[in-house]
Amino acid sequence: MKRYLILGDGTVFTGKALGADGHTLGEVVFNTGMTGYQEILTDPSYSGQIVLFTYPLIGNYGINDDDFESDRIQPTGLIVREACDVPSNWRATKSLDQLLKERGTVGIQGLDTRLITKRIRTGGVTTGCIADDLEAGKAWLANMKPYDESDFVMDVTTKKAYVWGREGKQSLGEPMDTSRPKLVVLDCGLKYNILRRFWRAGCQPIVLPATSTADEVMSWKPDGILLSPGPGDPQRLGGVIETVKGLIGQRPIFGICLGNQLLCHAVGGHTYKLKFGHRGSNHPVKDLVTGKVTITSQNHGYAVDPASLDGTGAEVTQLNLNDETVEGIRIRGADASSIQYHPEAAPGPWDSRPYFFDFVEKMTAKKA
Amino acid sequence: MKVLVIGSGPIVIGQAAEFDYAGTQACKSLKEEGHEVVLINSNPATIMTDPGVSDALYIEPLNVDFCERVIKRERPDALLPTLGGQTGLNLATQLSDAGILEKYNIKVLGTPLSAIKKAEDRESFRNLMREIKEPVPESWIIQTDDELQAVLDVVPYPCIIRPAYTLGGTGGGIANTREELWETGRKGLKLSMRSQIMVERSLLGWKEVEYEVMRDGAGNCITVCNMENLDPMGVHTGDSIVIAPSQTLSDLEYHMLRTASLKIIQSLGIEGGCNVQLAVNPDSFDYYIIEVNPRVSRSSALASKATGYPIARVAAKIAVGKTLDEIDNQVTGTTKACFEPALDYCVVKIPRWPFDKFSTGDRSLFTQMKATGEVMAIDRTFEAALMKALRGLEVKQKDLRHAKFAEVSDEDLKQAIKKPTDERLWALAEGLRRNWTVDEVNRISRVDKWFLRKINGLIKMEKRLEAAHGAESESLGETIQEAFLIGFPSPTIASILQISTETIREVGKQFRAGNTAPADGNWETQAAWEIERQKVMPVFKMVDTCAGEFESHTPYYYGTFEQEDDAVVLA
Repeated sequence: MKRYLILGDGTVFTGKALGADGHTLGEVVFNTGMTGYQEILTDPSYSGQIVLFTYPLIGNYGINDDDFESDRIQPTGLIVREACDVPSNWRATKSLDQLLKERGTVGIQGLDTRLITKRIRTGGVTTGCIADDLEAGKAWLANMKPYDESDFVMDVTTKKAYVWGREGKQSLGEPMDTSRPKLVVLDCGLKYNILRRFWRAGCQPIVLPATSTADEVMSWKPDGILLSPGPGDPQRLGGVIETVKGLIGQRPIFGICLGNQLLCHAVGGHTYKLKFGHRGSNHPVKDLVTGKVTITSQNHGYAVDPASLDGTGAEVTQLNLNDETVEGIRIRGADASSIQYHPEAAPGPWDSRPYFFDFVEKMTAKKA
Repeated sequence: MKVLVIGSGPIVIGQAAEFDYAGTQACKSLKEEGHEVVLINSNPATIMTDPGVSDALYIEPLNVDFCERVIKRERPDALLPTLGGQTGLNLATQLSDAGILEKYNIKVLGTPLSAIKKAEDRESFRNLMREIKEPVPESWIIQTDDELQAVLDVVPYPCIIRPAYTLGGTGGGIANTREELWETGRKGLKLSMRSQIMVERSLLGWKEVEYEVMRDGAGNCITVCNMENLDPMGVHTGDSIVIAPSQTLSDLEYHMLRTASLKIIQSLGIEGGCNVQLAVNPDSFDYYIIEVNPRVSRSSALASKATGYPIARVAAKIAVGKTLDEIDNQVTGTTKACFEPALDYCVVKIPRWPFDKFSTGDRSLFTQMKATGEVMAIDRTFEAALMKALRGLEVKQKDLRHAKFAEVSDEDLKQAIKKPTDERLWALAEGLRRNWTVDEVNRISRVDKWFLRKINGLIKMEKRLEAAHGAESESLGETIQEAFLIGFPSPTIASILQISTETIREVGKQFRAGNTAPADGNWETQAAWEIERQKVMPVFKMVDTCAGEFESHTPYYYGTFEQEDDAVVLA
């Protein structure tokens, strides 16, 4: 079946249907990872976005029962050159198309994805609509609420606090491992693998809604606090920023992705929107202290403005080697630090996994 | 600094022009850094021995005696041994063992010889793998006939025999019985430079995957790309059809194997490029490390061309002390060499065997490489890349049809699918053409179903074209268009439809009628309506190492069918 992709500038691409019937709207972004579509499709940070995969053959190894990063499909749509009908991998239980149909996600395939990628590179991220009816699609796109004016965090954060254990998600009533240092996670759009890695590293994660206050966080007597990744413009998260302000200096804090931007705002710094963001599994990041470069997994559309950190007590610790944007900051004397990339990988390289152990070590030291 | 570079010598099976490509890149790279290059190579029919590539050139036999005479005369400060393939590496090892490097105070650049020994000596490599907890298949190191005799009743059959320090696995093989092990094992002992062979558990039918990795002196590590062999374990990777990047590994598996590969080069202390080969169980997370090549290899030449990442150039700069983040990515001109290429296309390599010249040669393929060359094709789909590679092979068959197999009995065809030879791809296609199911062909060949389904798609198109023979011109036109898009070349379509290639080109032109390429060649800034009208047409896409994320300036393209042409038309 014929299907259209309409971009904000009016460009129309004709492709074939993928996934559910219907239409969808979102901010069109591209990801350059060659694997990891299942993780990307369930990563809450893609909320409100239509994801384009630059690698042309998507769905080859299918969808399995284990590699979900949340319990729903997070992007509003997806764009691929070619989706594989019959996957081949020992863990595959269904095809990409089946998953999208089951979950009601609209996609499109058979387009010149490199052309669209280059238009985004030149013109910046844009809005887009995937629809079967071209004229209706244009009208929907014209009335779309801008991405930067939407509050996605409140939509993706957990509604109820929960605990993460050996078997995964547990309700608060179930017993916790009290021998482990307690990590309270402020959920702005968590990926399961962050919790899996922290559990592996030896701490006991407790996940709270993003709306929690500093007092509520502290009432759990945490040994450490994690500011999670999440979607959207960090400037809109005034409430969460207030919470972070109240927590700095009280307990060791570690931020990932949006957590990095929240920490920046909490000390009075600013963030700005990147032209087309960083989304992929191959971003080199240089540690300014050790000089070492790590290949990282990234997914962010906003970045910390380094000049805005002057006089705030925060300093830049890591830089992206490609465009020299900020990849990590820390607050002097407060035991609070954060990184812009994803140490939990899923998808992407495992090179920065030591972060989990380092932070748990810090928490354990404070605990003792 | 004056640097001695050892070339790769004569072209032999297992070591061909790719080392000339790597060596030339390395010489230029060293000169870029302001070093003086002294080159010794016995083969004058190479690019690296062209005037201007090196500062001093010696076309002399590649042995210790001649090498010492060159050293005596030139007094180089350093030696770069890892760019001349196994020949260069072996000679450097001999020079070091003979005490010549010490005598003339020559520093070895890049990966230290001790690390190379560790990687190449089967036993010390296995010990290291055990230390860092990376799995290696059960095996027995054998140095004498008596030791061989002693293991005949111990090893699991079938087993693999791999001689140490030989080129392209010369003298290796698979043994199904004690008698075969005795015979092949003794031959291997004779051929090995150090009279050492390894007998190991056979992993026949497992997936074979390779990672091309780099490490600098500061310990920064990257993966240039990974590759998946279409032929399962049992066929030398130089004789396998290889696809980049891997197609059937999930993200978790991809990074599990990537992490293992990086752990290995970190523990070996490689400074430069390295190739890691792994066997992967198609039904679990189990894998084994098969082999590590601690140097620029045939695979790295392939990986370089497949990704646009100049491995030899970067390896040479690492050897003279630069770190990955200090080296520019020449392709984009704006980013650094410290990143991992992202591909937005699929690469297929098919080996080129010399059986048309050696018509009585044994065509069966196993652990000893027989190919003398290879073709590489790039396209947006596997099907199109495969069809393109087939055309590039310059063999009689220009597509998946092979007269020999059209005639054979089902039983003979089954054998041709089961037993790897240079012609197996055509046998697989013929099986599917006879409506054998993908599952059945997979059971016989152990080739992953993903590849078989893709080949099956091509066979289906072939059958559609056959059925369309003599059809109405309009529906015929659409079928031809679809055949183009999946990767069928005009001559194949013409021969199936029994019409002229000119007619087919006319059909193509009609389909593209109304296309208007932008005057300045730039689709990125083109008005919306013009793109909407643009149909799919033959275009060139750029190999840019970054999947379009950054603007690039390299003149390196592949042809495909898409809307946008990356190649800017010059006025």
